[in-house]
Amino acid sequence: MAVGQSTARREAAKPARLRRMLPNPIPLVLGLVWFVIAFYPVYYMFITSLRTQAGFLSGSLWLPPSNPTIENYLGVIQNGIGLYFLNSAFVTVISVVLIVAVSLLAAYAIARIRSRVVQFTFRVFLLGLAIPLQAAIIPIYVLIVHIGLYDTLYGLIPPQVAFGIPLTVLILVNFIRDIPNELYDSMVLDGSGHFRILRSLVFPLSRPALITVVIYNALQVWNNFLFPLILTQSSNVQTLPLALQQFQGQYGVNVPGLMAAVFLSVLPIIVLYVVARRQLLGGLTAGFGK
Amino acid sequence: MSRRLSWSISLMLLPAVAFFVVFALGPMIAAVYISLLDWNGISTPHWVGFGNWAKAFTDSVTLHSIFLTVQVMVLSWIVQTPISLLLGVFLAGRQRYRALLGVFYFLPLLFSAVAIGLIWASSMLSANGALNSFLKAIGASSLTNDWLGNPNIALYAVIAVIAWQFIPFHTLLYQAGTRQIPQVLYEAARIDGAGTLQQFFYITLPQLKYTVVTSTILILTGSLTYFDVIYVMTGGGPGYATRTLPLQMYITAFQDAQIGYGSAIAVILAVVGVLLSLIMIRLTGFGRMESQAEGL
Repeated sequence: MAVGQSTARREAAKPARLRRMLPNPIPLVLGLVWFVIAFYPVYYMFITSLRTQAGFLSGSLWLPPSNPTIENYLGVIQNGIGLYFLNSAFVTVISVVLIVAVSLLAAYAIARIRSRVVQFTFRVFLLGLAIPLQAAIIPIYVLIVHIGLYDTLYGLIPPQVAFGIPLTVLILVNFIRDIPNELYDSMVLDGSGHFRILRSLVFPLSRPALITVVIYNALQVWNNFLFPLILTQSSNVQTLPLALQQFQGQYGVNVPGLMAAVFLSVLPIIVLYVVARRQLLGGLTAGFGK
Repeated sequence: MSRRLSWSISLMLLPAVAFFVVFALGPMIAAVYISLLDWNGISTPHWVGFGNWAKAFTDSVTLHSIFLTVQVMVLSWIVQTPISLLLGVFLAGRQRYRALLGVFYFLPLLFSAVAIGLIWASSMLSANGALNSFLKAIGASSLTNDWLGNPNIALYAVIAVIAWQFIPFHTLLYQAGTRQIPQVLYEAARIDGAGTLQQFFYITLPQLKYTVVTSTILILTGSLTYFDVIYVMTGGGPGYATRTLPLQMYITAFQDAQIGYGSAIAVILAVVGVLLSLIMIRLTGFGRMESQAEGL
């Protein structure tokens, strides 16, 4: 629509411009249909959590109850969900710190040293991307029982770390390799050793990648179900997902109570999502976004 | 760039290698060994060679769960791929309203599988859950069902919930892939008079080839290991209706205390998973990243 076109042509261009302003109806309608499918269960969980137990059976499909109650939340809190939060937070924080620390050290070595042993190590880590957790869980169980960490929060950490390492190393290696060689060279000329270079060059420069791997691993550990299911037994060392699953048995027909527990368990993640959506979604597809 | 393996470098590699070998790679290898034992986890194990393996391929329950797993793989691909592809292309558009819808589309991605399983099993698909209430409200009472309790339907209900859980992830892949397609291609096509559909089939789809391959392999390998959602929603039941291989492995090893036999099933899972992943490495970028390293 360049300046100087004839009036007739400008008239002809009008519908095109209108079309650009108004959404195309077919994608819009399909997009809204998927909106309902994707979001309705989350919404329904929330409005159900505000209902009384009797109100669940007669409740509206679309509207929150006219007199919402928080008694379900109080019940869940009295049931000790706070402890499970703390357990999950404990395992998540320690695991993520360990994963990122050991992976950063290894990634630096892999990215900087072309020795055969180092590159072979990298291949072995890459192989680890293909190992499904389920396939190794039986020997992990035997091992954790053997070293006396069964039914403790500490027993959950080493396997979480081991399975977090491959992808974390891969992402960090790719990032560290992109740091210009001149920067390393100038530090080497200044007489800096590997640990010095790591601390004052690599660590600050790889912040975006570090944020990505922290988010990715935190979600993986926080949401993990299989390790706690198999490696713990007592209720006082349950993490959140396992506790939720046990609530299902305890609460039986008390669906509003159960939904209150589910909502509390996803609340921290929703808050994080509101604050840092881009980083969260970026972290989830890191390593696959080709 | 040094080629020497110094002490400080070895120290840097050591912690990661130690964790990985002791708690991931080692157990994986140990699983192969344990699969050759008859062992309940407590008493003295007996060497049975390939006895557990022979059993895995003759035991009707395990064969049935292999069959179910293949069904989950194929149906998950059929359901998830077209929907994710369309949603990804849809969200790649720059319109404001699409970005807003995307915020809601991606939310389920962050929930734990247990939370998702409970939302669906207790409030959506249960006898007095939202789906049945909705069907009654629109006058389709005859369509109401015991979605997770009916052995003829439970597997499909589970596959639908798994799709709900994972479509956001694949949508994200397709959205990123679509945004990387050079705009010049579309401009050229428009000059040649191509309509929206033609642009989709002659530009978008071929350009997304690698994304389709990546997403496909992730769906297939993922289907092998779907455990949490099924465990929470049906526990593998009713009967054996949703007892896929990972559930069969769990039940065999940890409920029936047949650690050796369970390990044989676990190794089958791993072998198929590794084969599928190797295909992924061949067809997509992971292999190329190593060749980039050669040039350093």
